[in-house]
Amino acid sequence: MSLEWFIEIIVNNWPMFLRGAWMTLLIATVGTIFGALIGLIIGIIHTIPKSKSRIKRVFLKCVSIILSVYVEFFRGTPMIVQAMVVYFGSDLIFHIDMNRTFAAMFIVSVNTGAYMAEIVRGGIISIDNGQFEAARAIGMNHWQTMVHVVLPQVMRNILPATSNQYIMNIKDTSVLNVIGVTELFFQTKTIAGNNFRYFESFFVACILYMIMNIIVTQILRYFERKLAGNATYQLIDNQEMLRGQKAS
Amino acid sequence: MENIIDIMHLNKSFGSHEVLRDINFSVKEGEVVCVIGSSGSGKSTLLRCINLLESPTGGKILYKGQDILDQGHNLNTYRTHLGMVFQQFNLFNNCDVLSNCMVGPIKVLKRPKEEAKEVAMKYLKVVGMDRYKNARPHQLSGGQKQRVAIARALSMQPDALLFDEPTSALDPEMVGEVLKVMKELANLGLTMIIVTHEMEFAREVSDRIVFMDQGIIVEDGKPEEVFNQPKNERTRAFLQRA
Ligand SMILES: Nc1ncnc2c1ncn2[C@@H]1O[C@H](COP(=O)(O)OP(=O)(O)OP(=O)(O)O)[C@@H](O)[C@H]1O
Ligand SMILES: [Mg+2]
Repeated sequence: MSLEWFIEIIVNNWPMFLRGAWMTLLIATVGTIFGALIGLIIGIIHTIPKSKSRIKRVFLKCVSIILSVYVEFFRGTPMIVQAMVVYFGSDLIFHIDMNRTFAAMFIVSVNTGAYMAEIVRGGIISIDNGQFEAARAIGMNHWQTMVHVVLPQVMRNILPATSNQYIMNIKDTSVLNVIGVTELFFQTKTIAGNNFRYFESFFVACILYMIMNIIVTQILRYFERKLAGNATYQLIDNQEMLRGQKAS
Repeated sequence: MENIIDIMHLNKSFGSHEVLRDINFSVKEGEVVCVIGSSGSGKSTLLRCINLLESPTGGKILYKGQDILDQGHNLNTYRTHLGMVFQQFNLFNNCDVLSNCMVGPIKVLKRPKEEAKEVAMKYLKVVGMDRYKNARPHQLSGGQKQRVAIARALSMQPDALLFDEPTSALDPEMVGEVLKVMKELANLGLTMIIVTHEMEFAREVSDRIVFMDQGIIVEDGKPEEVFNQPKNERTRAFLQRA
C-alpha cells in the first residue's frame, strides 16, 4: 500500500465515489425524514383518547394492532433481509418492478418509522401531565393540545434520538447493495473490483462515510441549539415600553 | 347578581372510593369563595369537577343556569369560560411568557393576533410580569411563573377563575407576591373560587368560606361566621390545627 495508490484511486474514480456518497446521503435523508413522519403519526395515533362511540373504538383498536405488527416486524428483522423481501416480493406478489432507489428509500423509511414510533411514544409519555391539563383547561381539544403544546416539546426531546437514527441510516444504507442500489458501498465494491485495490478503495469509502456523518452531526447540533431557544432573555424596561406606547 | 356556577348534588367516585358526596353550592358573579379543608378532603377534586377535568359520577353543574353535563354541550367551549390556575403552574414549556398568554386566545377563541397580544400585555401588566414577556418558563422563579399562569388564565377573559392551592408549591418569600396579585383581582371584582391553606388570606379576601371534610361540605358561610363561630365541631378542630 502506498499514498500514491490512494491518490490515484481518488483521481481516477472520484465521480463514482461522489455519486455513491450522494446516493447514500439521499436515501438516508429521505428515509429519516419520512421515517420521522411515520413515527410522529403513529405516536399521535396512540394518544387519541378513547371515543364514546363503539365503532370508533373498535376501529382504533384495529389500527393500533396493525401498527404494533408493523413496528414489531421491522424492529425484529434485519434490514438486509427486509430489502430482499420487499424488493423481490413486490415483483413476485404484486408484479411491481420497483425502481431500486425507490425501494431503498421505502425500506429505510419504514424501518426508521418503526424505531421512531417508539421514540415518539417515549417522547410523548415524558411530557408532564400538567401540560395536557393546562391545555385542556383553556379549552383546547385533543388536536390543538397536540399541535400547539405537546408536539413542539416532543420534537425538541426526540431530536437527539432522531440525529442518532440519521447517522445509523447513513451507515446502514450500505446493506442495500444487495438489491443493487448504487450507494457508496456498492460503488466502492465496483471500483475495487476493477483495480483489485480493496483496502485502499474501501479506506476512501470510510473517510467519505465519516465526513458525511460529521457534517450531518454538526448541522443537527445547530438545530438542537436553535430549538433550545435563547439562553437568556431581554428584560423590557419601562423606558422602552413608554416609548413603544407613544409610538403606537 | 347572577349565579355563574350552581352545583347540585354532585358526586364523584374513583372506583369504589367516594371522594365527593352530595356537594351543593353556588357562586355568584363577582364573588370570591375560598375552599378550605384538610388534605384529602376532596378540594382539588371539586375544583377539577367544576371545569370537568374530572367527570362527575352524579349530580348537576349549571353554568349560568345551563346544565353543562347535558349531552350536546361543548365542553371545550365551556372550559374557555373558566380560568384555571394550578399548584404546579403548568406553563407551556414550549412558549415564552407572552405566547403562553396568547396561544389560547388565538388558537381556541380565534382572536386576531394583535388583539390577543394587547389583551395578554394588559394582564401581564396586572400581574407585574410585562417586562418578562420574552422569558421562557424555566427562566422564572416560582412566584413569577404563577403570576404568568394567572395572566394566562385572565387572557382568556373568563367568567370565573379557579385556583388550586396557587401558593403551595412556592418558597415562603414568594407566597406574598402571588397573594397580592390575587387580592388585586378580588378588588377588581373578578369571580374566583380559591382552594387554599392560607387562612389569613382566605379571611381577608373571601366573601364566603366553604369548609370541606371527607368529601362533603361541612360549612359554608361568611368568613367571620366560619372563622369566629364555626357551627360544626370538625370545622373548629380544623381551624385550631391550621
Ligand atoms: N385520579 C384519582 N384516582 C383515585 N383517587 C383519587 C384521584 N384523585 C384524587 N383521589 C383521591 O381523592 C381524595 C381527595 O383528593 P383531593 O386531591 O381532591 O384532595 P385535596 O382536598 O385537594 O387534598 P390536598 O389538600 O392534599 O390537595 C383523596 O383521597 C385522593 O386519594
Ligand atoms: Mg389538592
